[in-house]
Amino acid sequence: MLKLVLRRLVQMVLIMAVSSLLLFAIFDTPEFKKRLAVQELGGFAVSALTEDSYQDWLAARGLDVPFYQRYANWVGNILTGDFGFSFEKNRPVAPLLADRLANTGILAFFVFALMIPISLVLGVLAGMKEGSLQDRSISFISVFTTSIPEIASAILLTIVFALGLGWLPVKSAMIGGFDFRELVLPVLTLVIYDFGYVARMTRASMAEVMTSQYIRTAILKGIPYRRVVMKHALRNALIAPFTLIVLQLNWLLSGVVVVEVFFEYDGFGKLLLEAALFPDVEVVQACTLVAVAVAVVSQIISDIGYTFLNPRIRFA
Amino acid sequence: MAVTDIQASQPFLSRLLRPRPVIALLLLMWLPLMAYVMFGKTIGNNAQMVLLPAIPATLILYILGIRAFRESWVAVIGLTLVFFWLLMAVSAPYLPLLDPNKPIAPFTTPFTERKDVFFWLGTDFKGRDMLSRMIWGCQRVLVWGVTATLVAYVVGALFGLISGYLSGWWDEIISFAANVLLSFPVMVLFIVILNYLGPSGFNIVVAVTFASAPAIMRIVRGLALDIKTRDYVFAAQTRGEHPLYIMIFELLPNVRGPIIVDACLRLGYTTVAITTLTFLGLGLQPPDPDWGLMIRESAKTAMLWKFSYMLLVPALSVSSLILGFNLMADGLREMSLRD
Repeated sequence: MLKLVLRRLVQMVLIMAVSSLLLFAIFDTPEFKKRLAVQELGGFAVSALTEDSYQDWLAARGLDVPFYQRYANWVGNILTGDFGFSFEKNRPVAPLLADRLANTGILAFFVFALMIPISLVLGVLAGMKEGSLQDRSISFISVFTTSIPEIASAILLTIVFALGLGWLPVKSAMIGGFDFRELVLPVLTLVIYDFGYVARMTRASMAEVMTSQYIRTAILKGIPYRRVVMKHALRNALIAPFTLIVLQLNWLLSGVVVVEVFFEYDGFGKLLLEAALFPDVEVVQACTLVAVAVAVVSQIISDIGYTFLNPRIRFA
Repeated sequence: MAVTDIQASQPFLSRLLRPRPVIALLLLMWLPLMAYVMFGKTIGNNAQMVLLPAIPATLILYILGIRAFRESWVAVIGLTLVFFWLLMAVSAPYLPLLDPNKPIAPFTTPFTERKDVFFWLGTDFKGRDMLSRMIWGCQRVLVWGVTATLVAYVVGALFGLISGYLSGWWDEIISFAANVLLSFPVMVLFIVILNYLGPSGFNIVVAVTFASAPAIMRIVRGLALDIKTRDYVFAAQTRGEHPLYIMIFELLPNVRGPIIVDACLRLGYTTVAITTLTFLGLGLQPPDPDWGLMIRESAKTAMLWKFSYMLLVPALSVSSLILGFNLMADGLREMSLRD
């Protein structure tokens, strides 16, 4: 167990190191720097950008130091909590990112709070009796909902609940402070896209457990069906979905971009996109690094959780 | 039997050139469409002529597909949805539609007549006909989506076969690279790559390859690891075949089944990705119609109940295409489990 945790931690550090190096190198190529220089010196500097003014710009931005030195500097700064400075927003990246991540955290909390019960209940109901009408209709619903991309379901929900019925606000910019009603549409959009996948995996896991021999024995012993499902089957059937739900965090970070942009919710995804379009390199790097860190950590938690929950591996 | 009697198998070319009508039809449908969408501007005024052979090819493929999938009604529905859009894509220049880029009468609601033209689905904020934009819009997303998925598959399968069959250091290096790429959330990876390369169709192909190939590589690697211990692989090794030959002609055909199901699903993901990226402003560029662009432009201008059709039309179109891919994948999986 300890060995596994250590191995995964080493792997995590390696992955973080390589991805940070990649991330730093990709925005450090001469072409990209030139593009950035042209943009920052103004539109009409395109023709005016001489070799001299480019070198001046590099020196002003501290980009004339060798690559490895700047990379080491950058990593050192990040490890001490300094994520650089946002040229677009004109403030340090660290507090900005913390703000936005907190907003996305609120969104993610409600998404998980809704998605987990819905998908688990539906998956268990479908997997309980494989091939029944109940199973088929739930499977069809989950295929259907996962087929509607977030952008489309965001539109449909907005049209029905915000534009048509007028129950909910169209945008979720939270201008007048935190408003719970503005959170409903983004959360629903993400849940609708996401729950089907988890439900299908839960169903597969449940269906597998229900055909196993110990369940047959339990049924033949005359234990009531409800009790067989609740006490015997569920515990084993929920191991696989658990790891999957933790991995959904990684997925949510990509889903959140389009939803936050569509509803103008001030979160992590919107920050990343705005920075990318500007382009505000240090913000993009910081956001991506945080996203990778979240993804890697959730991967480790899901791996360790899986071994911990599965007695066959835990005691081996 | 003497050792010399064991014949080396057929040479590369004759195996590749064995006639396969379905593949010929697929190419006949696909290549003109690709040529039209990617290089239509350079071909010139008569560009739509290249699409002529694609229309019958699409129809024949649809009929063949229905006959092959008739056991599973789910797959038939999926196939119908996908082929509806394919047919629209190849026949768009021949349909009696208005010019999708010509402003006529702004903000015309559906089923009304203005300036002596009847608008079935109304017009958008610039006055361009929604119906023709919807039909023309499927071309670019289909072409770039399928191309990107195909390239991702070639790259992913190649690396998967190498790391699964050769194992050792190759496997370690390729798997680690895949792990690094997989630890980026997909959309974040897309944004970083397209931010660096700049938005365009070709760059979407690159971005999708980076995002999808690692996952494909993992699938192919797992299958290759399983298959490489089979007797026919040992037979080929004994014959002294080159590892590349074994990978392509012994392993690849036998991992085909699971890959096809996954490819259908991945086509859906890629379509979602392209539409979403276009909506975010990092994908396909105006003025040519595209569903993601329609959403992007209308989301800025028409957030009113009266004009909600401008958002509804592209949203439903893209959903129906993705539903088609997903249902096809579901039906194929069901059928492959049955035998």
